[in-house]
Amino acid sequence: MSSFDTSNIKSPWILHYDTGSCNGCDIEVLACLTPLYDVERFGILNVGNPRHADILVITGAANKRSARVLRNLYEQMPDPKMVVAVGICAVSGGVLHNCYNVLGGVDKVIPVDVYVPGCAARPEAIIDGIVLALQKIPEKRKLLKSREAKTA
Amino acid sequence: MFLNSGNTVLIVFMAVFVAPLIGGLLMGIDRILSARLQGRIGPPILQPFYDMMKLMSKKPISGTKIQIICVFVYLVSMILSLVLLMTGQDLLVMVLVLAMGSIFFILGGFSVKSPYSNIGAQREILQVLAYEPLIIFYVVAIYLKTGSFMTFKVFELKDPLLYSMPLFVVALIIIMVIKLRKSPFDLSTSHHAHQELVKGITTELSGRHLAVIELVHMYEMALLMVLAMLLFATNLWIGLALGLFCLFATIVIDNITARLTWSDMLRFAWKIGVPITALNLAVIYYFSIIKK
Ligand code: SF4
Repeated sequence: MSSFDTSNIKSPWILHYDTGSCNGCDIEVLACLTPLYDVERFGILNVGNPRHADILVITGAANKRSARVLRNLYEQMPDPKMVVAVGICAVSGGVLHNCYNVLGGVDKVIPVDVYVPGCAARPEAIIDGIVLALQKIPEKRKLLKSREAKTA
Repeated sequence: MFLNSGNTVLIVFMAVFVAPLIGGLLMGIDRILSARLQGRIGPPILQPFYDMMKLMSKKPISGTKIQIICVFVYLVSMILSLVLLMTGQDLLVMVLVLAMGSIFFILGGFSVKSPYSNIGAQREILQVLAYEPLIIFYVVAIYLKTGSFMTFKVFELKDPLLYSMPLFVVALIIIMVIKLRKSPFDLSTSHHAHQELVKGITTELSGRHLAVIELVHMYEMALLMVLAMLLFATNLWIGLALGLFCLFATIVIDNITARLTWSDMLRFAWKIGVPITALNLAVIYYFSIIKK
């Protein structure tokens, strides 16, 4: 079990979804992949397929259009999965919170594990947020197991 | 190592258990080299094994049962062809078993509803179509030199095959680029973090079923290495160096080229790869007639 946990921490594959951000946070997420930050050092890959992803990174506030897509992506990811909300828009709605079509933070639609505030969130902060999410994975796996045992 | 029939059990053990470890290490080196070529540091060398362990630990949500069966057949045929190659068996049978695995992989890709997977499967057919003639020519050239399709005959030659088939090094590099799905021919599915058709033929696979595909890649890497080693069978270390050279060339090509279309791939493999190998074949044939 413990070797599974270490491999989980060493190889997080990330799916990035933009629910309607101003692209400020998107650029910072992509900046993490550049030679300066090089997140592949930690085994982090940016994949385009929810079936392969472990961590869902969301930028932008949830709105009525993107909520359905967001829920769909979340449901297609295999367990144990983590969700990281990047930028103040994704955390609480931010500057867009009282727009007519905005629902608020991403946690209005799906459960969020880590919040990374900032406008835009710095690449260092995003990496910190992902590391925090990784540390929570063993906990989450235990939780899933106990829940499974209860339903069975 | 390959000649002694008493060692068969040991060789089978090596093919089944040691080969994937070596293949995985080569994949790790591949990722580090790619990162270095891009000015990055890159992941630890054991990264492919971490990836596989992680995929094993996840709960799979996969498309259809048929695809899962196909993926396992793909794995078995890949192991079988490596065992056939390393125990010195018939090269033609090896090629057929290899092709059978690819066909099952393609059928699996067609069996799910995802259009990405279906298009990926169609492109995989074209990939097979592109590299298969080169492998067949390779086998035929070995036949012309040794007078037999059996692999162990290669080890009875006095001169290494490389001296009479130098152009097949180019062919091997082309085979590697297409078979390992490297840029510019990463059409059916892609390596590393590249994306094409989401993830092409593996789009619907997840968890431990995707881990099987990773395992197949490890065997594939080892198989290509052994194929390259045949070119210098008198000294296997030089053969290994030759294989590593081909792999290095493949990685460099992967990093300096952008993806092409499938018609470009077919044109390249058939207009450049096939004539080169055919030329080499013709020369070998000519000399074998003169000798008689
Ligand atoms: S937090 Fe700021 S930078 Fe990020 S999406 Fe919202 S407005 Fe743009």
